[in-house]
Amino acid sequence: MRHPRPMLVEALTALGLILAPYVLPYLGFSPNTVNQILIWGLFGIGFDILFGYTGLLSFGQSAFYGTGGFIAAYLLTRSGMTSVPLALLIGTIGATLVGLLIGIIALRRTGIYFAMITVAIAEMFFFIENSPMSEWTGGENGLPGVPSPAFELFGLSWKVGTGWSMYGFLAACYFVGIVVALRIVRSPVGAILSAIRDNPLRVAALGHSVALYKLTAFVIASAYAGFAGGLLGVLQGFMPPDAFTFETSGQLVMQTVIGGVGTLFGPLLGAAVWLFLSDFLQQTMGLGATWKLVLGVVFVLLVVFLRHGLIGGFKDLLHLVGYKDLAEIEAEQAEPEGPRRVGAAKATPMPARHRKRDDFTGPILQASGLTKRYGGLLANSDIEFTVKPGELRGIIGPNGAGKSTFFKMLTCEVPPTSGTITFEGQDITGKGVTDACQLGLTKSYQVNQLFSRLTVRQNLTIAALADLRGKFRLDLFRIPDSIPGLHERVDHTLDLVDLTARADTIVSALAYGEKRRLEIGLALATSPRLLLLDEPLAGMSPRERVETVSLLKSISRGRTMIVIDHDMDALFELAEWITVLQEGRVLAEGTPDEIKGNVRVREAYLGGVLDG
Amino acid sequence: MFTWGNLVSQMFNGLVLGALLALISSGLTIIYGTLGVLNLAHGAMFMVGGYAGYLVFEGTGSFPLAILGGALFVMILGVAIERLIIRHFYDRPPEDQMLVTFGLAICLVELVRFLFGSLSKSVPPPAWGQGVTQLGFMLYPTYRLAVVGIVALALGALYVVLYRTRLGMIVRAGIEDAVMVDSLGINVFRIFMVVFGIGAMAAGFAGIVNAPVVSLSPDMGEAILVQTFVVVVIGGVGSFPGAILGGLIAGQILSITSMINPGYSYVMLFAAMTLVLLVRPRGLFGPRSRD
Repeated sequence: MRHPRPMLVEALTALGLILAPYVLPYLGFSPNTVNQILIWGLFGIGFDILFGYTGLLSFGQSAFYGTGGFIAAYLLTRSGMTSVPLALLIGTIGATLVGLLIGIIALRRTGIYFAMITVAIAEMFFFIENSPMSEWTGGENGLPGVPSPAFELFGLSWKVGTGWSMYGFLAACYFVGIVVALRIVRSPVGAILSAIRDNPLRVAALGHSVALYKLTAFVIASAYAGFAGGLLGVLQGFMPPDAFTFETSGQLVMQTVIGGVGTLFGPLLGAAVWLFLSDFLQQTMGLGATWKLVLGVVFVLLVVFLRHGLIGGFKDLLHLVGYKDLAEIEAEQAEPEGPRRVGAAKATPMPARHRKRDDFTGPILQASGLTKRYGGLLANSDIEFTVKPGELRGIIGPNGAGKSTFFKMLTCEVPPTSGTITFEGQDITGKGVTDACQLGLTKSYQVNQLFSRLTVRQNLTIAALADLRGKFRLDLFRIPDSIPGLHERVDHTLDLVDLTARADTIVSALAYGEKRRLEIGLALATSPRLLLLDEPLAGMSPRERVETVSLLKSISRGRTMIVIDHDMDALFELAEWITVLQEGRVLAEGTPDEIKGNVRVREAYLGGVLDG
Repeated sequence: MFTWGNLVSQMFNGLVLGALLALISSGLTIIYGTLGVLNLAHGAMFMVGGYAGYLVFEGTGSFPLAILGGALFVMILGVAIERLIIRHFYDRPPEDQMLVTFGLAICLVELVRFLFGSLSKSVPPPAWGQGVTQLGFMLYPTYRLAVVGIVALALGALYVVLYRTRLGMIVRAGIEDAVMVDSLGINVFRIFMVVFGIGAMAAGFAGIVNAPVVSLSPDMGEAILVQTFVVVVIGGVGSFPGAILGGLIAGQILSITSMINPGYSYVMLFAAMTLVLLVRPRGLFGPRSRD
């Protein structure tokens, strides 16, 4: 999240683009090849945001590439428009709108469905271009005669020509594209997109609208594709119908994977490798059409063995020779801070967020007649359940008593078969987990649901952003540092769950106990007024249990909590009031002492062995 | 031009195409349902089946042997690919699985192009299938009618395997709940290998049966793959009945629209897919548990 030298990448990119014409010819790149690489690179930036950052693999990007390209080319060749930048802009907007429409359809499903739908839709665009629209697009002939841009500024005029002159124009476009993408990736939206790639369900549970953010990524990708498509026509002086083919989409995917996904620069590198190999294998090696076979084999080997492409492989190589990146150095430097403060007094917990209506004084949570049926199995039956504000409630029950199902209904993860749930007087039945979290009700999971490829700090940032920014906001160019209260919230939560020393560690490298604490931290960072904890002590060592119980006690001040656990001693110590579930029903309720003495509870747990 | 005679003959064409799509899609859908892998090389398997059959036909001159040889070759190819590559991808993300099968598709297409060249090859229909048959109300190419019969037999065989054998029972159970099947102590890896082989064979078989109707070219699998995706999305991923119904529907849409304006045939196909997605996102017969 914190970039010590934020403009470094931009500066290096500018330097690289300026030096390229002086260096690349010696490596055998012709200006035309370099120009094509730039267009593929630009096309790929958007695709990388969609696939590399958000995890959505589309095989249909050609639809937007072609749409943007043909709109711009049509305007410049048939409509009498003379301004190339304006035509490119309109083409980009056209592709963006088409992307929005297609995204709404394709994103109704995830995973392989999404991939299949994008393939199908792109193929449809190819046919539309070729036949029903051929009067406008030239059908199989494409649109010839696309002019080069000319600029007139402060008395200076620049008529873009071919070769390196065109390179100047395309390099400027690429630079703008990469600067914009870097801003997007570093914005709160970018952070949420990478979290969606890791664990979309948790992102939704933390109160972010996953559907709208996915659509955002999809639309961004179509905008880049449309822009790149327009430039293709300008570069070639001709808009080719191949832009719409499945092969175009496939080449984009392969180049991005070869270069390295999730890097923004991967597509550029991949395109360079692809076009270089294409020249080298066809001309120098004399392979002719067989070069694609070689490339296919290389690609399969790459997917099998080098999972993060060339950039990833390069990073791994650096690691082998002992280089560490900044985050690792920071993490190491932070460690000698001293031994963990076992049992030490924690920071005072931050207050829960304020309610919008302060006049409400009834129970914070009320469930009535709550029933959940899975086919023939009755998981919960007619549960009546009321929690007062500020209470710390414990729920116990033998395995299969329906505790987790009950929690899932309370947080709106699953809708009840019948019954209602009210939170602070508002009916939230069937609202969905995202809205429930936005209202101030969230859960920590029994099985860790973390963003394993992000750092601890990034994890907590995702959670805090949900409360600070709301369900969906398009602050694509905002620097997260500028969100008031974000740092305080994250640092404070880090301190509370005692992970400050591990803040910049990747989550997959954490120890189990640390992951457990982060799981609670995630829920806490949304600053809920009602916090549900599903077996927070599960799998912990006795010492960790003691620490976690004291953590739970400290965070319960100023908020309402409901805790499920199997560790009855811990729960009796923690909770003021206990609800016992058995076979999906409420068996008993009372103070810990009452429950300890309750004969029916003993029977439920011990099967009546200790009768009498 | 619209006439009733045209319509009926286009519906027959649609039935031929639909039957083929149904068979190919069944292969794709049982592979996905059982292994959880979307095989982007499925269209290439269809193409390889055609070429393998062509080779056998050139060697022996026997059409039944060509069908048998083509189908068996693709089955062995499928088993080999599963063992060598796909197996290492079961615990990797679905995106990686798609990427590797996409790469394999390119390798297969380019290998065939390398071996046979880009020029299209053709397999003549067998002697009994040449000419036309008088159906009473119209004349129709005999071999095309035979395709419907052959594919129906293949689908029937697939049905028997899926619904009347122990293997099929395990496969169907796996589509419902793979974890459960795994924990029942069934060797899922062997099942996966067999299913991938059968699924590939379905595509390869369709490839050679279709060969006398069209001419063979290395790129022919791509369009089929796309149509198969639409069929599976309409029918519901992982559903055998869905693949059959989806295939028949897609065949009719493609050929009836072609009669009116060929340019719109794909548009109509995708309009149908979009409609299904909007009204019933998991497809006509899609299992509830899958997404």
